[in-house]
Amino acid sequence: MTDLLLPLPILIAFATAILTFFFRKGPEGRWISVAGSALMLVAGGMLLAEVLANGVQAAQMGNWPAPFGITLVADTLSAIMVVITAITALAVSVYAISDVTREMETVGYHTLFHTLIAGVMGAFLTGDLFNLYVWFEVMLISSFGLLVMGGKRVQMDAGIKYVTLNLISTVLFLSGIGLLYGVTGTLNMADLHTAVQTADAGLITVIAMMFLVGFGVKAAVFPLFFWLPAAYHTPAFAVSAVFAGLLTKVGVYALLRMFTLVFTRDVGFTHGLLLWVAVATMVTGVLGAAAQTDFRRILSFHIVSQIGYMVLGLALYTPLALTGAVFYLVHHIIVKANLFLVSGVANRIAGGTNIDRIGGLYKGAPLLAFLFLIPAFSLAGFPPLSGFWAKYVLVKASLDLELWFVAFAALAVGLMTIYSMTKIWGRAFWAPHPGGTVPSLSSLPLSERVTLLVPIAFLASLTIVIGLFPEPFVQVAARAAAELLDPTAYLAAVLGGPS
Amino acid sequence: MEFLIALMVGALVAAAVYLMLARNVLRFLFGLLLISNAANLLIFASGGLTPESPPLIPEGAKLPPEGVANALPQALVLTAIVIGFGLFAFALVLIYRGYQTMGTLDSDEMRLAEPEDGH
Repeated sequence: MTDLLLPLPILIAFATAILTFFFRKGPEGRWISVAGSALMLVAGGMLLAEVLANGVQAAQMGNWPAPFGITLVADTLSAIMVVITAITALAVSVYAISDVTREMETVGYHTLFHTLIAGVMGAFLTGDLFNLYVWFEVMLISSFGLLVMGGKRVQMDAGIKYVTLNLISTVLFLSGIGLLYGVTGTLNMADLHTAVQTADAGLITVIAMMFLVGFGVKAAVFPLFFWLPAAYHTPAFAVSAVFAGLLTKVGVYALLRMFTLVFTRDVGFTHGLLLWVAVATMVTGVLGAAAQTDFRRILSFHIVSQIGYMVLGLALYTPLALTGAVFYLVHHIIVKANLFLVSGVANRIAGGTNIDRIGGLYKGAPLLAFLFLIPAFSLAGFPPLSGFWAKYVLVKASLDLELWFVAFAALAVGLMTIYSMTKIWGRAFWAPHPGGTVPSLSSLPLSERVTLLVPIAFLASLTIVIGLFPEPFVQVAARAAAELLDPTAYLAAVLGGPS
Repeated sequence: MEFLIALMVGALVAAAVYLMLARNVLRFLFGLLLISNAANLLIFASGGLTPESPPLIPEGAKLPPEGVANALPQALVLTAIVIGFGLFAFALVLIYRGYQTMGTLDSDEMRLAEPEDGH
């Protein structure tokens, strides 16, 4: 059963990609895309239920026993990430019905979108390092296509920066794999965990640094984040929402996986470095956002800032801190994708994303204003929304370790986040439109209103649910953190032996 | 043999970094091509290089004799070359389109997505 369940989310994504390619000329593609995403959510939910009920699941592809073949593994973290990816994919594919133009559909928007999702799913599920590289590439090449789709001048500029910097990170990642294989003779992550224990600790740390930089570029941590705010405000809104929600988080996931399972020989050095990276990421991201006036660029800098919190959870390396990191990942993906979706509606009805040139959204579209406030407040960490609990856990974890400065930075960055969110609120929503018009949702046809607002309301309600009932979510996150810190069950599931 | 390959990887990386530090994005792209090949060579070398021992398994044995190069990295390199080729082709077309639409290859002048006044 699990042999089928593990590859199922990836297979559904690929099948949807192929089907939508055949229907790219007609309107059917968008519905196939929605149906595929919904199926993925079902498959992901089944996988999560299986993992929660029976522990870590592993499947050997092609029946080659580990560590020789490619293994797919789902521990609690992977299963959570698969579910949250499917949720984002579903919300964005419904939103895309109205947001993506016919022209983009004809050149294969839905196909690229689902290949991207397949790459993300694969990266979360694989237990093999080289296979992880391949999934990264699948994800990367589809994201290249999606980013420049539409062919506006500004997209070409953003595309060149995004593509070149991500290719450098890929080369570093690949070189790291080569060196790690040269030192240990294996690429299976569970097997690597055992193999690095006997290898030269200095060499392993050097290789760890190559992975840190490689994944650091993907995750957009300080000082490697420049490509992100240069690119994320240029593509179609549906595309930027899925990028903002998922792509950097795959980098964070890879960091979480590698720096808990493999690179734990010299935790004092590697995770000490990660701690400063995390703090610098939080602070530079939020300061960068303060200087921006474009809706999506403000949000892009906030992605960088929020990545800092997740890396912070990894750097502190305690059960509570890792719980916080996992919880933050889930919270952040929902909230960030949602804010980008809101910016798309704002652009549609107010005629732009520069918050100095739009306004009056509160007066004209109070529903949209309300739907903006939920993720915006959650991002800043207002109780009782999901962001409050995420920040609370991380701040508590740093206070437990008596890292006062880190806790202070985390809280101060939260405060600065409120500043940026109130800036968007004050200018785009509260102040009157400088053109004198009153933007209104009723300017959109009913079908567009439904497909644009339902995903936003769906994600916003998830934020509220997580905020009001955080207990089960924190428990699942704590379980994921425990599995990361003690990989016995992971190793047993992959390599066999007593579980 | 490994020593020579190591030297070559070093030389390629040095040349690639030099090219990638240029403002001209086409030079950057050539640097990227060199550095991805350096990475491929590095993986190739990580499996061991044994020019005199063919990977033949003697009759009756299940394993090749000692001293035969590991074949897995060679398979990995093939995958990496194919992927690298695809990415390079895409990047080349992208930069060409960028040149057509923006009229420049100078990365300092590519400020469309990030205007200097912040708007």
